[in-house]
Amino acid sequence: MGYEILGLPLIYYITMVAKTVAVFVFVLLTVAYATWAERKLIGHMQVRIGPKRVGPYGLLQPIADGLKLFFKEEIVPAQASRFAFLIAPLVALVPAFISFAVIPFGDTVTIAGYQVPLQIASVYDGTSMRVLDINVGVLYILAMASVGVYGIVLAGWASNSKYSLLGGLRSSAQMISYELAAGLAIILVFMSSETLSLHKIVAEQAGLFGWNIFRNPFMFAGGIIFFICSLAEINRTPFDLPEAETELVSGFCTEYSSMKYAMFFMAEYANMVTVCAVTTTLFLGGWHGPFPPVVNFVAKVYGLIFVCMWIRATYPRYRYDQLMRLGWKVFLPATLLLICGNAVWLLVFP
Amino acid sequence: METLFFFVVAAVAVISGLLVITCKNPINSALSLIMTFFCIATFYVMLNAPFMAAIQVIVYAGAIMVLIVFVIMLLNIRSEAGRRGAHTTLFGSALGIFGLIELLYFLAKGGLTGSRGGLDAKIIEQFGHTELIGRALFTQFLLPFEITSILLLVAIIGAVILAKKNI
Repeated sequence: MGYEILGLPLIYYITMVAKTVAVFVFVLLTVAYATWAERKLIGHMQVRIGPKRVGPYGLLQPIADGLKLFFKEEIVPAQASRFAFLIAPLVALVPAFISFAVIPFGDTVTIAGYQVPLQIASVYDGTSMRVLDINVGVLYILAMASVGVYGIVLAGWASNSKYSLLGGLRSSAQMISYELAAGLAIILVFMSSETLSLHKIVAEQAGLFGWNIFRNPFMFAGGIIFFICSLAEINRTPFDLPEAETELVSGFCTEYSSMKYAMFFMAEYANMVTVCAVTTTLFLGGWHGPFPPVVNFVAKVYGLIFVCMWIRATYPRYRYDQLMRLGWKVFLPATLLLICGNAVWLLVFP
Repeated sequence: METLFFFVVAAVAVISGLLVITCKNPINSALSLIMTFFCIATFYVMLNAPFMAAIQVIVYAGAIMVLIVFVIMLLNIRSEAGRRGAHTTLFGSALGIFGLIELLYFLAKGGLTGSRGGLDAKIIEQFGHTELIGRALFTQFLLPFEITSILLLVAIIGAVILAKKNI
C-alpha cells in the first residue's frame, strides 16, 4: 500500500508526526489554561471572582500573560554562572514535556487500513497482532522526573543568590525523597499487572472494578500515596516549600525574569499534567470508561488537575521538617508494608 | 541510518567525555559527565536493552550525579585548575595508557564478541528483556545480588552513623 521509507509504510510517519503534534498542542493548551483555571477556581473557592478583564470570563488571560512575559527584559545577574543559568529553564521544561511520549491516551484506531495505537512511542505489529511500545514506559517516566531535578538544582546554584540556592537545595532534596516512595508505590502496579509496558498496564484495567486502584485495599492505599508523593515531587501545595514566599522570596527562580521565568512556570504546570496523566494510566484505568477512549482519558486527567487545585485552595503549607518526616518516616515504610500486603493478597486471591 | 545515528551519538559521547576532564569549572565537568551517561543510555537503547537504558538514566544520571552536583555546590569548589600535583598526573596518565593498551589488545584479538549467553533477539522478543534480567538476577546470580544488597546496606548504615554521632 503506497510508499515505503526505510521499510515502514508512509502512513506510519504521518501518524507519528500527527500524534506528536496533537499531544504537544494538547499539553501546551492544558498548561496555558490550567493557569487560568487555577486562578478562577481558587478565586471562587475563596469567594473572589478571579480574572475576568481580558476576554469573556478572562479566557484570554493566559495569552495576555504570555505576551507580557515575552516582552519583558531578560536579566542575567552579573555574578551568575552564565551557561548554567541559561540552560537551567530548558532542562526543567524539556523532561516535563517528553514524559508524554510513553503515555497511552487511547486504544488503537484504524486509519487507512492501518492500526494506529494512540501512544507516541509505540507501533502496531501486524504479524503478532499486538501493540509494541517500549517495555519500560514507567521507568522512562521516573528517569525523566529525576532529570527534571537538574533544572532546579542548576537554577538555584547558577543564580548566585542565597534565596535561589536554598530554594534549589530544598526543592531537589524534596524531589529525591519523594521519588523513592512514589517509585515504591508503582511497584504495586507492577506486581498486579506483571508488565512494565504502559499499554498493557492500561489494557488490562477494563471495567470499573478492573481499575488498579479498586483491585484490593493495598492498591487503593498505594494509589493515594502515589498521588500525594507526586504532588510533593512536583512541588505543589501543600508541599510547595521551595517557593515559600515568606522565607525564600520565590525560591530557585528568584533571579529569573521574562521567558525564562515563564519556562519554569510552564514546567511546573506541565509536570502537574504529566503526574495526573501518569496517575490516570497506572491507577485509574487510563482510557477505559463510558465515553470514547480519548475523552475518558482527558476527563480523568482534568479531574485530577481539579483535585490538585482544590488541594491548593484548601491546605496550608507543610513545615520543612514535617515534610521530610512525612516522606521518610510515614510514606516510605507504609509503601514497603503495602508491597508485602499486596504480595500476600496476590498469593491468597490469585 | 542506524550507523549514522550511532556515529552522531558517539561523537557527542566522546566530546562530552573530553569536556569532563578539560572544563575548569567542576559543575560544567559534572554536566558533561551527565551528557556522557545519556549517550551511553542511548547506546543501550540501540542495543535493544531499554531496561538498562532506563536504569542508566535513573541511577547514574539521576541519583548519583545529583549527589555529586550537591557536593560540588555545597563545598563551593570554584576552579581547581593549575593545582594538580605531578604525582597525580603521572599516575593518572600511566593508568590511562595501560587501559588503552588493554582495550586495543582485546579489540585486536576480537574476543569481546566471542562468548554468547544463549540469548538472541527471538528469546528477548518472547519473554521480554526486563523479565530475562530479573530471572537471571534472582536465580542464577542470586548470591552476588544479595551480597551487593548487603554491601549497600552497610554503606547506608555507615552514612547514618557518620552523619549522626549520637542516635
